Amino acid sequence: MFKKILHHRAASAEDCAGLCCTKIEDFSVKIGRTDIFSHVNLHIHCGQLTAIIGPNGAGKSTLLRAILGEVSHTGTLHYVDAKGKHTGHPILGYVPQYLRFDVSSPTSVMDIFMACLSTRPVWLCSSKNMRSRVLKNLTRVKSEHLIDRRLGALSGGELQRVLLALALDPIPDLLLLDEPVSGVDQNGLELFYEIVADLRAKEDMAIILISHDLNLVARHADKVVLLNKKVIVSGTPQEVFSDERTREIFGMLAGVSTESGVKA
Amino acid sequence: MMESVYTVLSILLPFEWMDHVFMKNAFLAVLLVTPLFGLLSTMVVSNRMAFFSDSLGHGAFTGIAIGVLLGSVSPLLSLVIFSVLFSLVITYIKSKSSASTDTIIGVFSSTAIAVGLMIMSYGGGFNKFAAYMIGDLLSITPEDIIALCGVFIGVLVLWAVIFNRLLVLSINASFARSRGIPVLWIESCFAAALAVIVAVSIQWVGLLIINSLLVLPAAAARNITNDVKHYHLASVCTAMFSGFIGLILSYYFNMAAGATIVVLSAVIFFMTLLVKSYCVR
Repeated sequence: MFKKILHHRAASAEDCAGLCCTKIEDFSVKIGRTDIFSHVNLHIHCGQLTAIIGPNGAGKSTLLRAILGEVSHTGTLHYVDAKGKHTGHPILGYVPQYLRFDVSSPTSVMDIFMACLSTRPVWLCSSKNMRSRVLKNLTRVKSEHLIDRRLGALSGGELQRVLLALALDPIPDLLLLDEPVSGVDQNGLELFYEIVADLRAKEDMAIILISHDLNLVARHADKVVLLNKKVIVSGTPQEVFSDERTREIFGMLAGVSTESGVKA
Repeated sequence: MMESVYTVLSILLPFEWMDHVFMKNAFLAVLLVTPLFGLLSTMVVSNRMAFFSDSLGHGAFTGIAIGVLLGSVSPLLSLVIFSVLFSLVITYIKSKSSASTDTIIGVFSSTAIAVGLMIMSYGGGFNKFAAYMIGDLLSITPEDIIALCGVFIGVLVLWAVIFNRLLVLSINASFARSRGIPVLWIESCFAAALAVIVAVSIQWVGLLIINSLLVLPAAAARNITNDVKHYHLASVCTAMFSGFIGLILSYYFNMAAGATIVVLSAVIFFMTLLVKSYCVR
């Protein structure tokens, strides 16, 4: 397993000299007559974890959904890869908020992977190649033992790891994490972020994370964006957490985070 | 062509109930339609579309009325066309509107049945439509069987093409979109397939219970399976088993075939409910 990761690192380090980036220019979303957010400009580099923070209703999730193309928006998204080509839409990986779905659904982890990765109908075909590919994907998130489990029988942390593994095949240029571990216990949470930090380093992937856990953001993010209908502050965690406007929005919480932010 | 099929059936199944032509037709209809009910019901249940499929029956009701009103076209054709349009309009509005799915389906469903009743009761001639409520086995014609063959192949091909994406969609719509799945398209295809299968079976299954056939097989299968392949297998087996046994029982006891089939599916459902804790991991 370790060998595989090292190998991968070599390959991606060659491809991507850290020059690839995603530019979000002047994004605005209006639903009905309400401005959800407006004139958002973000510049996201590969190998960077950009955290988006902000109060409820600030438009964080909507921003991700706009990037996914799920809600109509104005503004453009540019992607430039390391060689300066493949401009256009990046491959997106998305890990949604804790999914609410019918736990009685008879769908195994293998089924959902095959449904996502293959055009062969899951109810009719099975394939050995696919199984080894899925095992490889699950190994990446330390979950290979879950392959034959029912989705509904997974714990919150396990489910989010499986969803992360799904988001990583094909390897995305931009990984979007929408409060991926809200409602997951401490162990699950730490394992998840460990894997994400690993990915950022090894796959040289650009990651956007929405989180309400400011301590965690301070610890893992390279860049923090405070969003509240528009970009209020952006910069390094230290810059953002020591900013007057952040304190205004988060009150006492920001004071706590600044300390840990400085430490980190 | 139908003659040779009938001969083969008589040789393969030399039973008394097989002597009648209408039973041969009914047998063929069950053979072609119940596997489709089994297949489609898996995703009706997984996508929580039981209310939607119920409304399709109501839409078909208006379709029948319009077909009769127009008179010139074949009733089955107008029924299929109307049902498909009805399902596509609901799916489209559901995706565009912010009102809850329940409300939208409720509005369409009740409108459809009211319009249907209005047209049918015009001039006091409602009784001739009563057969559509409980279904009539005798109404299956050889032409219907040929149409069913087409539907059978069409739905199987469609199911092979869209199923994977539908499965992802059943987990979470945003997640499906992030994987580049054209959600509205897939939903529309599925809705249209449901509409077609409801339209072609409603005349012998009956409006009142057709939805049960789109819910019960999968509901039973879910109780005893853990993955998609077994889910499909169990659902199709439930649908086909209750279809055939129901047909034979309804012949010997002179009952409505559709209702008998549904009751059998329900019995299977309750049986699976009892063994659920042993089967589901």
